[in-house]
Parts: sequence; C-alpha cells; structure tokens
Amino acid sequence: MHIVVCVKQVPNPEASFSMLKVDEQAKQVVPVAGLQLVMSPFDEQALEAALRVRDAGVETKITALCVGPESARNTLKHALAMGADEAVLVKDDGLPDGAGEATAYVLARAVRQLPAADLVLTGRQAADWDAGIVGCGIAELLGLPVVTLARRVDIVDGLARVERVLPDGFETIEATLPAVVTVSNELGAARKPSLRETMRAARKPLAVRALPEAGIEPQALQAIAARRTRERLYVPVKDTRCEVVEGVDDAAQAAALVQRLRDARLV
Amino acid sequence: MSAAVLVIAETRDGVVTPLTRELLGLAREIQAGVGVVSLLFARTDAAAKDLIAHGADRVYWCEGAEDYDAALWLPAAEQVAREAAPDVIVAGHTHSGAELAARLAFRLEGAVATGCTGIAREDGKLLFTRACYGGNVRETVSFAAAPALATVKAGIGEPRRDDARQGEIVMLAAPPVDARTRVVARERESAGPSRLEDARVIVAGGRGLEGPEGFGVIKALADQLGGTVGASRVPCDLGWCPHSWQIGLTGKTVTPDLYIAVGISGAGHHLAGCGNSKTIVAINSDPDAAIFREARFGVVGDYRKVVPALVEALKKT
Repeated sequence: MHIVVCVKQVPNPEASFSMLKVDEQAKQVVPVAGLQLVMSPFDEQALEAALRVRDAGVETKITALCVGPESARNTLKHALAMGADEAVLVKDDGLPDGAGEATAYVLARAVRQLPAADLVLTGRQAADWDAGIVGCGIAELLGLPVVTLARRVDIVDGLARVERVLPDGFETIEATLPAVVTVSNELGAARKPSLRETMRAARKPLAVRALPEAGIEPQALQAIAARRTRERLYVPVKDTRCEVVEGVDDAAQAAALVQRLRDARLV
Repeated sequence: MSAAVLVIAETRDGVVTPLTRELLGLAREIQAGVGVVSLLFARTDAAAKDLIAHGADRVYWCEGAEDYDAALWLPAAEQVAREAAPDVIVAGHTHSGAELAARLAFRLEGAVATGCTGIAREDGKLLFTRACYGGNVRETVSFAAAPALATVKAGIGEPRRDDARQGEIVMLAAPPVDARTRVVARERESAGPSRLEDARVIVAGGRGLEGPEGFGVIKALADQLGGTVGASRVPCDLGWCPHSWQIGLTGKTVTPDLYIAVGISGAGHHLAGCGNSKTIVAINSDPDAAIFREARFGVVGDYRKVVPALVEALKKT
C-alpha cells in the first residue's frame, strides 16, 4: 500500500494573530519575524491517519508531498520524524498563494509522477486560507473517488472504509482504491515525533523538485490560476462596543444583565 | 432557458432548510434577470413548491436520497449544470455543499469560493467575500471562469416568500450513479441537542469551563432560556462534549438572536461560526479576552457563580 499525504506549511495557527500583518496593497498576509511556520494541523492529522493504517498491520509506504517554498523542508522533516518514509518538496516559485485550483493541479501532477498511489490523504482544509478545495480538486483531476471530512480511515478488503463526519453524527463510506480522503479534526490528536524517529528521519530521502520537474505545464498552470483574482484582503473592522455589566455581587450582576436582555427583548 | 444562478437545495425530513431559502433570496438579488434554477433531491411536492415560492423559476427534481450521497448528487448536479449552463452555482456551506461545490468546480473547469459571508455585484462583476486565517482575515475574490461556484454561510441571504410565484418543475432522469463510493451506514446522535443551526438562543461553552461538568452548569441556563447548548472546538477535542456541538470554522455556523459565550476566549476560528449572531453576551473570567470585543454585553467573573445567578434572576419576573 502506497499512501501519499499532501501537507502544507502554514504560519502557526495557534500563534496570536498579532504575529501576522495583512498587506492590503499586495493582498498578502505577511508573517512577522519570529513567527513559527508549522505543518497545517489538519494535514498533520491526515498523516496520523496514514500512520494508523500502518499501525493496523497493513504494509504501507508513506510519502509526504508538499508544495511550498524552500523553508517547507522543515514541514517535510517533521513528516519524516512522525513516521513518513519519503518526502517530496515541489518548489512553489511562480505559484500564486491561496489559489486552490492551481495548487490542486500542481499536487495532482506531482502525485502522478510518484509510484502509483493507492490512497491520497490531505487535511480538510489548510489552516491559512481555510478553503478546503484542494483534496476534492486532486481527486477530480486524477479521476479518483473522494471522501471528505474523515474521522477514521481503514483499509478493509481492498477498499477504503471511511467514517465521515456529519452535522449530527457520522456515516461510513466505502471507496474503491485508489481514492482521495480528506481528514477532519475529529480524527484526534496527531502523534509527536519520538527522539528515535527524529534521528532516523535524518537518513530518509527528501527530494526537491522545481515545478517543471514535477510535470507542471506552465501554460496549463497559468490558465488555471487565472480563473481566480484576489480583489481585496483585509482585517474586518469590529464595530461593536461591549457594555460590561457590573454589580455589587453575583446576584446584582446577574439581575443587571437580565434587565438589559429584557430591555432588548432578547429574553 | 439560460439560467443565471443554480441553487443546490437541501432539505431535512422533506422540508427545505432555512439556509436554502436564504440562498434563493440571495440568488434573486445577484442574478442579472435571467432566472434561478434549483436542484432538489427530496421526494415531496411541498418542497418543490417551497423553492418556487422562495425564488426558483425552475426546479430540477432528482428522485433519490434526500440525504447527501456524492455518488448520486454529484452526477445529478453536473448534469443540471451542463443543461442549464448557469453563470453562478451556490450551495450552503454545509458538510454536503462544501464537498459538492468543490468537486463540481473542477468538473466544470470553473472556480469556487467556500464559506462565503458576502456575495455582491459591483460594476457588473460578482465579488465573493470569505473568511480565512482562522476567521481573522477576509478575502474578496472574483472569477474569470464560468461557472463561478460558492458555498455560503447562514445569515447573509434574506429569504423572501411569495406563494403566488410561478415556476416549473422538471423531472431529472436519474443519472448513472458513481459506483466508486457507497454509503454503508449512517449513525445519528439521537440524544443530542436540538439543531444548533435553527436555535434562537444558544449557550456555548469553551476551554474556560475547565471540564465536562461545566456543560451541566450552562445547560441549566440554556434550559431556562429555551435554548440549545453549543461549544467551541477545544471542549469537543478534549471529549468534554460531542463533536456535533462544535461551533466555528470547522464546526457549525449559527445565527441565533442570543448567543451566550461562556468561558470562550473568542478566537477567530470560533467567531467564524457565531459572528453573525444578533446579540453576543460574553461571560469570562479574563477581562482581556477577545470575546469581549465581539460582545454587546459582558460579565467578567467565574461562570460557576455567574451562570447559576443568571438562572435565578431569569426565574424572577
């Protein structure tokens, strides 16, 4: 079984938003110096799902695939330390940021260049642009079935058996292989790399390819990227003013709040 | 008929969802006058009439599962999209809509904006505004390719009902089902709260509850108000409450009249799910919590004291 896990490097989503600046002119989010770049947490959980397939006894080779800048090597090293066997970085020079259709095209091409994948996993969305379209795009461009929002992935009788999150529960879907699955946070926490795995990771292969080497046709990429234009990027202005309700004790405070809610006909 | 907007309809127990009605209202606003078509999977006449009353000029009716199953919904949506050739396709930003729209975008060689909080026509160009960076940033995009697809969050479209509206209903010959995926089981939580998306009052708990027992405390307040209990992501991931209670970027989008956030710091990804509530009340022990910047009213204090005091105060008339 060959599982390809697509991972993205993002500004640490747990960091305070003050560590990011929005450049409205360039329509880009600019990380402030010192902000850590990490693997997008949903992608970390996608890799965790692949590792659990291996843990369940399926002989599995796991390739971590990333489209990103040179610094994304660190995200791939993290993937290797978590337990991936190989890593491929496709350098994103010339690829617009946050353009999901173009990213899906690049990843689909890169997947096709790897040894045949039985399963392609990715996070439900990247923690920066939050779009959630790349997994579906890879599947459509490769002509594969896709199951989104997985909370559990098993390989049973040559099929992917996926528990998919619903608003009020979950459904179990079986997909023929090869297939694409996007993983949601309900899967649970991803494992932390052990010291031993981190040491081993240093000897695992990490290949770096430019876009043309990954089979990307510049004209096709340009055409796909041109479908979308970012017109504006901004931080929304908050216009609410909060009235902090006070009182001599809890009861008085509560009574004061209830009075205001009644005045506003909210209760 | 060349259609301006295709609305993917969702129903529950044969009834058109409030979000779908909002989408139809939105579609009538942004269409350039050519018409609105809708695709419906529920097998009820009333649902088709409901779609027409809310703005559909033509309803394509596909016999099959009311519950989303990509194996049927996607081929059907593709067939309607090719037949009606809409410039714009909108679906709710739901577990089904987000998957369907993204896949359809690639099939039709269009582009998609997911989780839209605004769609407007400006100088003839359609602009799609959506939250990104954990709800902290907004991006507005336009598309050069047709069709433009969008999944839309609750609270931006205005449902307009007119029972005198006329429209046609077209039976869609069922397209071949995509046999590569098969839904083998569905498990619904029966003991869960009433639907968060429809609640007028929500009392939601966060990390500040400091444990599962905190949800018992806030449930008393929700019960007193006739409301529903929700949560931010942390308590769900920690197992203090079911994942289905999660409100936020990766959970549900809610638009109640009253949203009481208890022990919720107010991270962008949570606000992405509740920011359109009419009134937010924050109860938090940290006076600097970001949630106070979103709230209309705030109480700084220990929820274990504040919430029971609120329940008592509400009992007094």
